[in-house]
Amino acid sequence: MLETITFSLLNGLLYGMLLFMLSSGLTLIFGMMGVLNFAHASFYMLGAYFAYTMGLYTGFWVALFLAPVIVGLLGAVVERYGLRQVHQHGHVPELLFTFGLAYVIEELVRLFWGNVPMNYRVPEALDFPLFSLFGTNYPAFRVFVLVVAIAMFVGLYLLLKRTRAGLIIQASLSRPDMVSALGHNVPQVFMWVFAFGTGLAALGGVVGGIQLVTEPGMAFMMGPIVFVVVVVGGLGSIQGALIASILIGVLQTFALSVDWSLANVGILFGYAVPPDSIFATLWYMDSTRIAPILPYLLLVLMLIFRPRGLMGKRES
Amino acid sequence: MQTKHRWSGVLAGIAAASALALTSLTAAQANDPIRIAYIEPLSGPFANVGDAGLKHFRFAADRLNAEGGIMGRDVEIVPMDNSQSPSESAQLVQRSADQGIPFVTQGNGSNVAGAIIEAVNRNNRRNPDNRVLYLNYAAVDPALTNERCSFWHFRFDAESRIKIEALTNYMQERDDIEKVYFLNQDYSHGHVIEETGQEMIREKMPDVEIVGTQLHPIGQVRDFAPYVSRIRQSGADSVITGNWGNDLSLLVRASQDAGLDVNFFTYYGGGLGVPAAVGQAGIDKVSQITEWHANVNVDEGHEDYKTWVEDFKERYPDIDWYYHRVYNQMYMLKAAIEEAGTTDAEAVANALSGMEFESHTGTVTMRADDHQLIQPLYISIMDGDVEYDVENTGVGFRTLSKISAEEATLPTSCEMQRP
Repeated sequence: MLETITFSLLNGLLYGMLLFMLSSGLTLIFGMMGVLNFAHASFYMLGAYFAYTMGLYTGFWVALFLAPVIVGLLGAVVERYGLRQVHQHGHVPELLFTFGLAYVIEELVRLFWGNVPMNYRVPEALDFPLFSLFGTNYPAFRVFVLVVAIAMFVGLYLLLKRTRAGLIIQASLSRPDMVSALGHNVPQVFMWVFAFGTGLAALGGVVGGIQLVTEPGMAFMMGPIVFVVVVVGGLGSIQGALIASILIGVLQTFALSVDWSLANVGILFGYAVPPDSIFATLWYMDSTRIAPILPYLLLVLMLIFRPRGLMGKRES
Repeated sequence: MQTKHRWSGVLAGIAAASALALTSLTAAQANDPIRIAYIEPLSGPFANVGDAGLKHFRFAADRLNAEGGIMGRDVEIVPMDNSQSPSESAQLVQRSADQGIPFVTQGNGSNVAGAIIEAVNRNNRRNPDNRVLYLNYAAVDPALTNERCSFWHFRFDAESRIKIEALTNYMQERDDIEKVYFLNQDYSHGHVIEETGQEMIREKMPDVEIVGTQLHPIGQVRDFAPYVSRIRQSGADSVITGNWGNDLSLLVRASQDAGLDVNFFTYYGGGLGVPAAVGQAGIDKVSQITEWHANVNVDEGHEDYKTWVEDFKERYPDIDWYYHRVYNQMYMLKAAIEEAGTTDAEAVANALSGMEFESHTGTVTMRADDHQLIQPLYISIMDGDVEYDVENTGVGFRTLSKISAEEATLPTSCEMQRP
């Protein structure tokens, strides 16, 4: 039992942290510009591919820093010459723009790297078991991912709460007109926030591409779940994104680790659905098979009962 | 008068042109390549599997063409991407029928195979002039040659129950297996292994405990760590899995990361990215049941087939010749078309049905009752000290047990509707 809980927590935390790396940038962009950036996960994918390709020449450690920077600059270009032009026409064209962009990036990735998954592996320096718990090894790379994610959260938090730049960003988030009136170049702030957000997603990709799989479908796989994190956590809230990510990660992993179904609850109350009724499928379904839809269930419930999310400040 | 003359001139012209067109059409048919639609995932999580299969078929087609083709006509493989979706595959069957392609081949995913059988049956019923044959080189759900069997479907891989039967027979002789765990993909193929496997273990090895069964969504799991920790906690010493492609390589890689020390009894451990993911750690751990593996050529001295395997490696250095059944399928198709003298689906199907073919591993028979190929099978295990390694890992497979074609047979419940 203790073993199950420990490993579910560890694995859930890791998955949650990966989700956080992806969604922290999105929550900034979403909260600030009101843009549902459908292409956000595509920048995550670009991060993984750039890091893999660069890693072949420069090694992993250089790529770890360089790939997010390059993707971030790419994000800046997309904002400056794409989104900003579309922005004049309202939110719907923006949405369609990012939607199209996601497909364009996926096709480009297929064109340059092909359809086959990349052999993007753990760097040798981290390819060893760090510690052993209950006879199961815990790989060093997983711990490394955790460390990177925590460093990212702390850095982001300090940047937003303790620096002047963070002050302006936060102000632009809620009162863009006022910030503009005070003489700040709000469009430029938007551009750098977008660049920064895509860079963070790319950093998630650099480590996530190793931990999961680097292939052209990875963006569409992660796309929906990242929105769940942003909505559950609350728009524009970094702490909210962190809590939501870990919540989803742990929830999903626990559902996978324990044998549980609605029938177990029913037995406590002395109630059981007859096996031949139409509800029996749902009633006796294993939690392991429900696990993949749990985050979306959470999304639906959150939107009904607390539309601003866990830590969000605004209703919309 | 003038207009009348002009009209007859035009008529004559049209007649002459259409006569010309007709002759060129028949001439073209005689020299046109024989096309085979290859319907597999060429994108998405299983793209590497689809890609490896395509390389096999292209290589075999080039060999056939170099030997003079089939009745003087070249063979051409037409790749079509189904994204591993049954509904998309059904549409692709229609598209290949519309293009006049007489043969469809597919193998990855019994759910996809089921959809293709339906689509082919429907097409052949509705368009008797444009019928299609379905050559299945890998989908192993027993239903495809039992309840759902079709005259238009031919399976070149051994069905799942035969493989499970052979595997459990072998496991019975090992005395170090006490606790077995089933981990499979959540669709018909995985369900069959889980159900039949448990049944056979209970029957043959009453003292072996089944400590867990688990299904997971196909092609969706990126991190198998939670599953691996469940296997660990169950105390299993052996895992039986029908997983393929990424679903197997990620599983084995995750258990390697966690230091899980179990035997893996697999269907597809010998290729498609798995050996590259496991490497040395798989030695004496990962076994597979297949119709062939490269070191069979060494054991049984198939010198010409050795050259075939080496030529393939030279052309595609990243992968190895893995699907012996593609060889069987292509050469049996050639024999059937030559016997029928046409590519008409019904004539070729009649020629294939019941055909005996001399393969490298022995005589294989396309059983007429259900169109299941009856062939010898091999259980093999990863070994570092063999002549042919796989996926450049230095690790290859060593035969543990050969099951003769007569033994690798199960009765069928198929009641085939012949046209």
